[in-house]
Amino acid sequence: MSEHIFEMENISKEFPGVRALDSVNFRVRKGEIHALVGENGAGKSTLMKVLSGLYPYGSYTGKLIIKGTERQFHTIKDSERAGVVVIYQELALVKQLSITENIFLGSEIARNGVINWDLALVEARKWLGEVGLAIDPMEKVVNIGVGKQQLVEIAKALAKNAEILILDEPTAALNEEDSRHLLNILRQLKAKGVTCIYISHKLEEVLSIADSVTVLRDGQTVKSQAMDEDGGMTEAKMISMMVGRTLEQRYPRKPHQAGEVVMEVKNWTVWHPELVEKEVIKDVSFQIRKGEILGIAGLMGAGRTELFMSLFGAYGSRHQGEVSIHGRPVDIREPRHAIQNGLSYLSEDRKGNGLVLGMDVLSNITLASLQIDSSKSGVAEDPAQQLSKSGVINILQEVVVTNRYVKRLAIKTPSIEQQVKNLSGGNQQKVVLAKWLLTEPSILILDEPTRGIDVGAKFEIYSIMNQLVDNGVAIVMISSELPEVLGMSDRILVLHEGRLTGDLPWQEATQEKCMYYATGGK
Amino acid sequence: MSEQDQKPGLMGELRAGFSHNLKQYAMFIALLGIWAIFTYLTKGIFISPRNISNLMVQNSYIAILAVGMVLVIVAGHIDLSVGSVAGFCGAVAAYVQCFWHWGTVPSILAALGVGLLVGLWQGYWIAFKGVPAFIVTLAGWGMFRGMVILVTGGQTIAPLHDNFTAIGVGYIPQLFLIGKVGNQEGQVPFHDLTLIIALLAVVVFIVLELRNRARRKGYGFEVLSVPLQAAKIAFLSAMIMVFFYFMIMYRGIPWAIVVVAILVLLFNFISTKMVFGRHVYAIGGNKEAARLSGINIRALNMTIFIAMGLLSAISGIVFTARLNSATASAGNLFELDAIAAAIIGGTSTLGGEGTIIGAIIGALVMGSLNNGMQLLNIETQFQMIIKGLILLLAVWFDISSRKTTK
Repeated sequence: MSEHIFEMENISKEFPGVRALDSVNFRVRKGEIHALVGENGAGKSTLMKVLSGLYPYGSYTGKLIIKGTERQFHTIKDSERAGVVVIYQELALVKQLSITENIFLGSEIARNGVINWDLALVEARKWLGEVGLAIDPMEKVVNIGVGKQQLVEIAKALAKNAEILILDEPTAALNEEDSRHLLNILRQLKAKGVTCIYISHKLEEVLSIADSVTVLRDGQTVKSQAMDEDGGMTEAKMISMMVGRTLEQRYPRKPHQAGEVVMEVKNWTVWHPELVEKEVIKDVSFQIRKGEILGIAGLMGAGRTELFMSLFGAYGSRHQGEVSIHGRPVDIREPRHAIQNGLSYLSEDRKGNGLVLGMDVLSNITLASLQIDSSKSGVAEDPAQQLSKSGVINILQEVVVTNRYVKRLAIKTPSIEQQVKNLSGGNQQKVVLAKWLLTEPSILILDEPTRGIDVGAKFEIYSIMNQLVDNGVAIVMISSELPEVLGMSDRILVLHEGRLTGDLPWQEATQEKCMYYATGGK
Repeated sequence: MSEQDQKPGLMGELRAGFSHNLKQYAMFIALLGIWAIFTYLTKGIFISPRNISNLMVQNSYIAILAVGMVLVIVAGHIDLSVGSVAGFCGAVAAYVQCFWHWGTVPSILAALGVGLLVGLWQGYWIAFKGVPAFIVTLAGWGMFRGMVILVTGGQTIAPLHDNFTAIGVGYIPQLFLIGKVGNQEGQVPFHDLTLIIALLAVVVFIVLELRNRARRKGYGFEVLSVPLQAAKIAFLSAMIMVFFYFMIMYRGIPWAIVVVAILVLLFNFISTKMVFGRHVYAIGGNKEAARLSGINIRALNMTIFIAMGLLSAISGIVFTARLNSATASAGNLFELDAIAAAIIGGTSTLGGEGTIIGAIIGALVMGSLNNGMQLLNIETQFQMIIKGLILLLAVWFDISSRKTTK
């Protein structure tokens, strides 16, 4: 038997138009905690989905060798039988069921379909003991804290006789105390011979717990080493390996002149809508100026979307703090209040939050503007410019403005009566963008504006952003692609776990600096 | 689009247009098919002006409910209470006439007022308290049925004013041929005012269609080629005349059908030309996108259920007028017929899709089935089985056509 409990050799996986994994090699020794790090989109999750059989054998190329024998997993059940269990970032517990029911969900201790509850309870208590939880196994999951839920997940994995435990961002939702406790449990499990793969953006944790680390970048293995090899691993080394790619001239940067402050946020704190005691945004203050592109960087789960969704009145949970627009304090409780105050928000989830897929291009573009009283905003004084009067739609005007935006944004569609579900991703994105431009915002928030669209359409969207800034619009661009943030922004704010950790003018910003702040550096 | 662009030939264009609107045409063809079958089986009795005229009146209260049900389902809700509410409002109208001696107009206003209050009540729980419409209206189904029994005391309330019952059983007057025609011995069945209205309707239809075509062309939209456009106008004009024929050759347009026609035109306008209608389709299509686009979903849901309450009241008035009495069981199971009519007419149970015209055709399909099977003396239990199967097949058709377009 080799010293490696499993080896992944030359794993390649392609999605339409993207090579997500490119000949990745990944080896893990038995009984170690092996960290897997990389930027958003580097391929960590894809690699783990190959390992767990979520991407079945045949949908990727390369070899998967577990304990010396090559394996072909077709379903998650297959990999679980081989001892591989994944614990995802979003916990997969059924909240209304008890801890015991959750632990044995799908592998109930039963004979002829009748559950043996006595034995199940005894077993559940044993596995809970393994993860240091002294808790009533009949308690419903909904009644215990998220830190304990995480441990229940691990107990559930152990009950499946997991030998290889994959944890995807296990501490993302935990506070410091719960995180420390979790790391201790992992060390204990390691002592009992369980192998852990630890995926995390928190490099500090990685340094404290991992025996080895593998760095992925753009679907390739950059480095795989033991922590103490090569003069020891440091945070700085990991960061440079994670980002070490050259910036191409893909971004049409234009010098902008930042004007007066259009929006000011003071001491903004937001609580999680379900875990009511958890703060997702902690005491954030910043300003947005007319005629600038403000880039928002941060890793997955840093709170970028939550921050701006809550400012737009769309996050739907408790918040605290002050917001003023054009020097006037505003109270935004619903998106319509935000739109009335000249704020627009293009969601990162184009299909879920942006488009009504079954409606045509025209109805989607005018959706947010049908009831705007343009005489109030003062943009279009001519009453004929209004899209509706006394609740009746002016269809002629609707067609005129839709055609104007289709032309201006070069939206490729056979007709403005085409249902948007038939358009390409790039053109769909332009339809959503047109919807928001039509509301004539003074502050435009773009959340992942170029996600999932091709390079040409990306460049067009950057050019439109520059035009808008020239016309005096303030743009906020949230993006997981650091090169994009660096390439387009005039100023960059970096978030880490709901806190603002960095505020950099673009001249000073580098990938390393952003990554340093994004991983919690102070 | 210039006309040179569309040279796949007339047949090709016909085929393309047909497959594009398959669902609407399919329902229309199904209706004609049902009529043909019943005409054959009843040896022509089904298609007689008298029968078709009655069929339409018998069906009017379901059609009125179906108009509102389209909005409710398109917005992603359901309303199970409409039958009970219709019965309740009708009972109120009858009660104030018989026991408080109110006139016809005040009693109609009383029924509408009750419908409005019901709409406010249910809308409040759905829009502001977040209780699913299914639950709120299931509760309403029981509560308002209870109130019908409370108002009627379990008895039949009758008789009602003549000008009130005219809403359910009367016809618009003759213009010139008063007394000379009719269905009595020695009279000719012919209604002049109905003929005039029918001709006017055709003229208005042609003018609107041509104006619409010119406008679409002006916007640069695709339009039908000239021969096909002419064929469409000729066909639909003929259909309008066929529709009116049954009433011209009987006793004219029933007042109940006048009410239905006004509501259909009004709600068709609301759903296609007004901001409110557009927003209803948007929240049904994607509620989150609608909310983020600044649409006030609460106000919208409130308005939808107020409209449904008022339509239930109108339906109840027409039904009570037709029966010339209010009973404890009035409106029983109307909700199921109204929902079935909307769904057979192409309203998607998933929300976001559906038309008022489609629901009217759906109501006619349901009404024709009821009427035809009664003429054939098919027993009630078999009628129910057949109607259930038709509903199931219609929804299956909706789901499978959705898959093929994907």
